Amino acid sequence: MSELSVNHLLGIKYITEDDINLIFETADHFKEVINRPIKKVPSLRDITIANLFFENSTRTRLSFELAEKRLSADVINFSAASSSVKKGETLIDTVNNILSMKVDMVVMRHPNPGAGIFLSKNIKASIVNAGDGAHEHPTQALLDCYSIREKLGDVAGKKVVIVGDILHSRVALSNIFALQKLGATVKVCGPKTLIPKYIEHLGVEVETNLRNALQWCDVANMLRVQNERMDISYFPSTREYTQQFGVNKKLLDSLNKDIVVMHPGPINRGVEITSDVADSKQAIILNQVQNGVAVRMAVLYLLASKIQ
Amino acid sequence: MSQKVLLNATEINIALHRLACQLIENHDTFTDTVLIGIQPRGVFLAERLKTVLEEDYKIKNIQLGYLDITFYRDDFRRSGKSLEANKTNIDFVVEDKKVVFIDDVLYTGRSIRSALTAVQSFGRPLEIELLTLIDRRFSRHLPIQPDYRGRQVDAINNEKVKVCWKENEGEDMVYLVSN
Repeated sequence: MSELSVNHLLGIKYITEDDINLIFETADHFKEVINRPIKKVPSLRDITIANLFFENSTRTRLSFELAEKRLSADVINFSAASSSVKKGETLIDTVNNILSMKVDMVVMRHPNPGAGIFLSKNIKASIVNAGDGAHEHPTQALLDCYSIREKLGDVAGKKVVIVGDILHSRVALSNIFALQKLGATVKVCGPKTLIPKYIEHLGVEVETNLRNALQWCDVANMLRVQNERMDISYFPSTREYTQQFGVNKKLLDSLNKDIVVMHPGPINRGVEITSDVADSKQAIILNQVQNGVAVRMAVLYLLASKIQ
Repeated sequence: MSQKVLLNATEINIALHRLACQLIENHDTFTDTVLIGIQPRGVFLAERLKTVLEEDYKIKNIQLGYLDITFYRDDFRRSGKSLEANKTNIDFVVEDKKVVFIDDVLYTGRSIRSALTAVQSFGRPLEIELLTLIDRRFSRHLPIQPDYRGRQVDAINNEKVKVCWKENEGEDMVYLVSN
């Protein structure tokens, strides 16, 4: 197979295992490219990409922009904070105005779940979802799985626990879909208030004891506590959260095996993981960031090849 | 569909030895020369030449790399051709080296054009030469000619040159296939 089954990357839910493997194989080649003295290929030189960020982002935005530039695409950036969105323009109007400037692809982050899907039905451009509310963040899940594959050789058969704020996390949902499609077993762990009520229907088990979860897993993906999305109090205090669901070196050392620790960033050091864990050899947090560029290059390259 | 034999195993072997000798004439001990096989099909020829140079002509320390040109093609989104990349593996410095590109068939010259761009990502070579087993003359789209050629062939556009290698297809043979 040399082509994706979709024209947009809206979520992991909508792509197949073959798609994911094709993205990974392509990312392998781009990883080699970004380690060359000249880290650029001319493939997308006739493509213009708009990065529309209606929500704050550092890593994802830089990573996408770098991926686009390394593929030689023309890039325009847009952030809601400094735009006409503040003046009351609708999403379709904003995007159509940008598209009338002849843009071929749109990378969008939006606070509303389904914003990418809505856009894909209404405009003519290839859409890449860079996070839509608490729904999906497909490229993050792809780079997480890619990093697991790189570290452990394969994703199939691995046991992965996702720890923390599952309720508000698009990273968790995309990761669950991606890991399951690739044959991994997934558990979630966190305070009951931050675990969605019917999560078992996705085929994941819930574990409320962090120690048991870590003892079971090969990989622990530590999520950030998303204070900005919490309108009510979900746990008594940050200190109590850290005591029950924070990973520290002592806890890792007390396990009878070495597990891989991941974090999608940005880290709240001392909350979900301590600094000595984040900077330890078991953590592959910076590998995730590096792989993010290669994986995003692969996604953009494969989607661009389908543009007529 | 009919196919005609252009080169058989013996003729391929003679051509390989002749190409090896021509390379030695120009590059002597290969100290400043590196060989680069163009993915995917040039790699078999490059491997063979390396073996001949090392075993029959006792040239030591030949540096051979593979270069994939998929991301440098000028027909991205313009043809239905496969986008699937192959491995690039150049674990030596090309800066100020004499580079010899090795490919099995030279046809329009577009792959070589892409390879010329691609190799720049690894540094600035002193010079670049082109070695090809089959040179399809009169079919070039670009002003690119080989420095070393195994056999020159006149083939019309709907004919295809198929190069088979023992390690891949089970026999050493070059066919001219016409529909």
